[in-house]
Amino acid sequence: MVPSGYVVGLSAVLFAIGVAGVLLRRNVIVIFMSIEVMLNAVNLAFVAFGRGLGSMDGQTIVFFVMTVAAAEAAVGLAIIISVFRNRETVNADEFNLMRW
Amino acid sequence: MTAYFPALSLILIFPALGVIFHLFMGRRAGRAAVGAVGTGVMFAAFAVALAAFAKLLAMPAGAALEVTLWPWISAGSFHTSIGFRFDALGAVMTLIVSGVGAVIHLYSIGYMAHDEDYARYFAYMNLFALSMLVLVLADNLLLMFVGWEGVGLCSYLLISFWYTNVQFARNGRKAFIVNRVGDAGFILGILTITAALASHGVWTLKFTGLAAHASMLAPVATTAALLLFLGATGKSAQLPLYVWLPDAMVGPTPVSALIHAATMVTAGVYMVARLNFLYLLAPDAMHLVATVGAVTALFAATIAIVQTDIKRVLAYSTISQLGYMFMGVGSGAFAAGIFHLMTHAFFKGLLFLCAGSVIHAMDGEQEMTRMGALARRLPITYPTMLIATLAISAVPGFSGYFSKDLILDRTFEAGYSNLWFIGVVTAALTSFYMFRLIFLTFHGRSRVEPGKLAHLHESPSVMTIPLIILAVLSVVGGWVQLPAGWLWDGAFTRFLAPVVGNFHPVVEGSPMTLGLAASAATLLGFVLSYGLYIVSPETPARIAQSAGAFYQLLVRKYYVDEIYDALISRPLFWASENVLNEGIDHDIIDGIVDGTGLGVEASGETIRRTATGNVQNYALLYLLGAVGVVAYYLFLVVR
Amino acid sequence: MPLWLFGFLAALSIAAALGVVLQRNPVHCLLALVLTLLTIAVLFIGLDAVTVGFLQAIVYAGAIMVLFLFVIWLLNLQSEVRTQPGHLGLKLCAALGAAMLAGELFTFLGSAPSAVRPDNVLAGYGSIDSLAAMLFSDYLISFEVTSVLLLAAVVGAVAIARRLPRAPTVAVRPADSERPEAPRMTGTGGA
Repeated sequence: MVPSGYVVGLSAVLFAIGVAGVLLRRNVIVIFMSIEVMLNAVNLAFVAFGRGLGSMDGQTIVFFVMTVAAAEAAVGLAIIISVFRNRETVNADEFNLMRW
Repeated sequence: MTAYFPALSLILIFPALGVIFHLFMGRRAGRAAVGAVGTGVMFAAFAVALAAFAKLLAMPAGAALEVTLWPWISAGSFHTSIGFRFDALGAVMTLIVSGVGAVIHLYSIGYMAHDEDYARYFAYMNLFALSMLVLVLADNLLLMFVGWEGVGLCSYLLISFWYTNVQFARNGRKAFIVNRVGDAGFILGILTITAALASHGVWTLKFTGLAAHASMLAPVATTAALLLFLGATGKSAQLPLYVWLPDAMVGPTPVSALIHAATMVTAGVYMVARLNFLYLLAPDAMHLVATVGAVTALFAATIAIVQTDIKRVLAYSTISQLGYMFMGVGSGAFAAGIFHLMTHAFFKGLLFLCAGSVIHAMDGEQEMTRMGALARRLPITYPTMLIATLAISAVPGFSGYFSKDLILDRTFEAGYSNLWFIGVVTAALTSFYMFRLIFLTFHGRSRVEPGKLAHLHESPSVMTIPLIILAVLSVVGGWVQLPAGWLWDGAFTRFLAPVVGNFHPVVEGSPMTLGLAASAATLLGFVLSYGLYIVSPETPARIAQSAGAFYQLLVRKYYVDEIYDALISRPLFWASENVLNEGIDHDIIDGIVDGTGLGVEASGETIRRTATGNVQNYALLYLLGAVGVVAYYLFLVVR
Repeated sequence: MPLWLFGFLAALSIAAALGVVLQRNPVHCLLALVLTLLTIAVLFIGLDAVTVGFLQAIVYAGAIMVLFLFVIWLLNLQSEVRTQPGHLGLKLCAALGAAMLAGELFTFLGSAPSAVRPDNVLAGYGSIDSLAAMLFSDYLISFEVTSVLLLAAVVGAVAIARRLPRAPTVAVRPADSERPEAPRMTGTGGA
């Protein structure tokens, strides 16, 4: 049986990769995908801990996270479409109206 | 014993009402009303003072009338109230201030009749009378200082009365600032006294309280006495703070008569007499007072003999006579000093009013070199001025004789024979320059401009009646204190003795020889003056020529003003401009304020660069912050 | 789940995640993401979270990724230019930050108490019955609120992404070259 620690370690690595993706990629869609990676890493951690404690709470929370992630993806992509209509680009560097 | 006499406050309420009337309704009320109210309140105050004096005479010796109006300062154990005390010394001073003041107000109605700011003048005059009466009637040192400051203020307001002339305004400012220097000493003196008493747990500044605890003041007596005397040199125009008085003559002549002859300048003498118990504890200070008085008297007299402006001669004469008063109180003869104060108020006030009459007749001319042979044209001014001159020259029988001789006797008997000698020489000089003034103005060949000659006329009666009143007083005013052996000898000194104590001679002096020496000096001065200005009027010019540099020294007043300017004024201005204004105000304070603004602006410029508008940058900062927080938690909390 | 299986799945998921982050073509990133999701779904099942694992495959990899794909197609996204110059310092910072985060998490979790009972789970652990039991008892309110959230998300997405109606123009006879444009899916129009 896999110790929960290993799984959570994997979750940490996946999370860090997701963070790097959010920070380093310029394409907004890819940034979104990196966010999904992060969310999944977190889901993995939850399941691992739930498994370790023998409780169903972990999986329930994962259920909710998935639901919310779906909702967030829908709205986020709608925003990206709307912005693209105005700006003709999905390059994150171009969205700097709030610059000094 | 003290009696409660609420009417005392009326003496002050009347002038106060005058001030309010003139300030608020003066312009609308018209000249007649302003003049009537201004003079009327003074006469009313004098009447109340007479009533109080009568009541005081009916009481046993050493009595006083008192009234306490309301508490003023109440700080911990220190309590002061607004209270007034009418004892023998206060009675003399109040009668002088209100009486001579009333007469001078009457004179002002005529003198200022053609002036635009009639109401303002009387407002200031009444305000001055109020302040001076507060000064002499105050029952504690702090309230006296309030009056002290008040008269300084009014002096400034009245000297620069015609403020549109820049020089007049400057002279007023000079008077105020020089006074202020003295006032600093006065305040330090008050603080010294308070500290000395407080160290014993006594917290009072009432004169009766101070006298009762005089033993506690003994260790600081010399310091306090000298500090207070510094204030007196400022107010009473002694060395070194006398420089404002000659320049104060740019004010209206009744102002010079009232403030700079009869009343304000005598405040210093009054203060020393009032605090006689303090000065008696500090014999060194008293010696200094007497010496300063004598030297000032001689110093001023030497300058007066060459001045040609009629008011300047009288100004230096005032400084000289004040020196006599300080000589008197410095020798321990407080009553003698006050006596000369009283007679001086009469004859010096009269001299100034007569000078004003002459200036009025001469249509503003003040230079004696352009006067002459006015005796017949001014039938009232001339005799009264002559009477005043006889009084100031201490001709026997006139008031000045009794007071000045008393001072000279007392100075000799106190052991200060060198000061006595200086006093005698000064008496000769006094007689000389006063008769010089009379001869140049009223006798000799007429040097008046033809245009003015036609307009020469005697002053109206509203101006000549005060002259006559003061002339009578200049004669009989001295008869309250006849020399020893005569009818009511020593009446004045006996009257004041419960307040100022008795004089204790150190050296026995023969009054006959002393009196003869003084009278001889007076005669010598008169003869010299007669010779130089009546018999051979060309001689003074030749003497001036041959004296050359020495003559110039006297005419330029020993260059004291120039010395003060170079040593004090200019360095102060330079320091103020460059150190305080540029250095501290500009560079440091403005630097801090501007620097703070600039610093905020600069840091803002720097920090705004983090607002790139790029969300990923913000996310990076977020990550770094999170890493930092987790690191803190990990390594500092958990381990 | 045997350890070798876990190791294989871990390596696969890491490689897939790296693929998401490093690929230049967004469609390739998407495919890598799908792989990641499926790998994690298998991991879920291996960890006895069977329901959640299937849900992950169906909802996540099935629905959400298709949504992503549609958007990429809609926006007609191309591959990114090879290396975008500039911001080197930021990139370094970001990489470093991510690495530090990983390190910290490791340290954190390393010191955390490890799981209690690796072998011993209740019967029906991870089954849909137990999940439903949790949802409808302890987490009932969250369940109901989530449904409202989904409704809000639907409305929000439609509201944000719709085209606003064009204002009616003055009736002037249009020139021949000025035909009214047909709505294009590339989205260059739209007021």
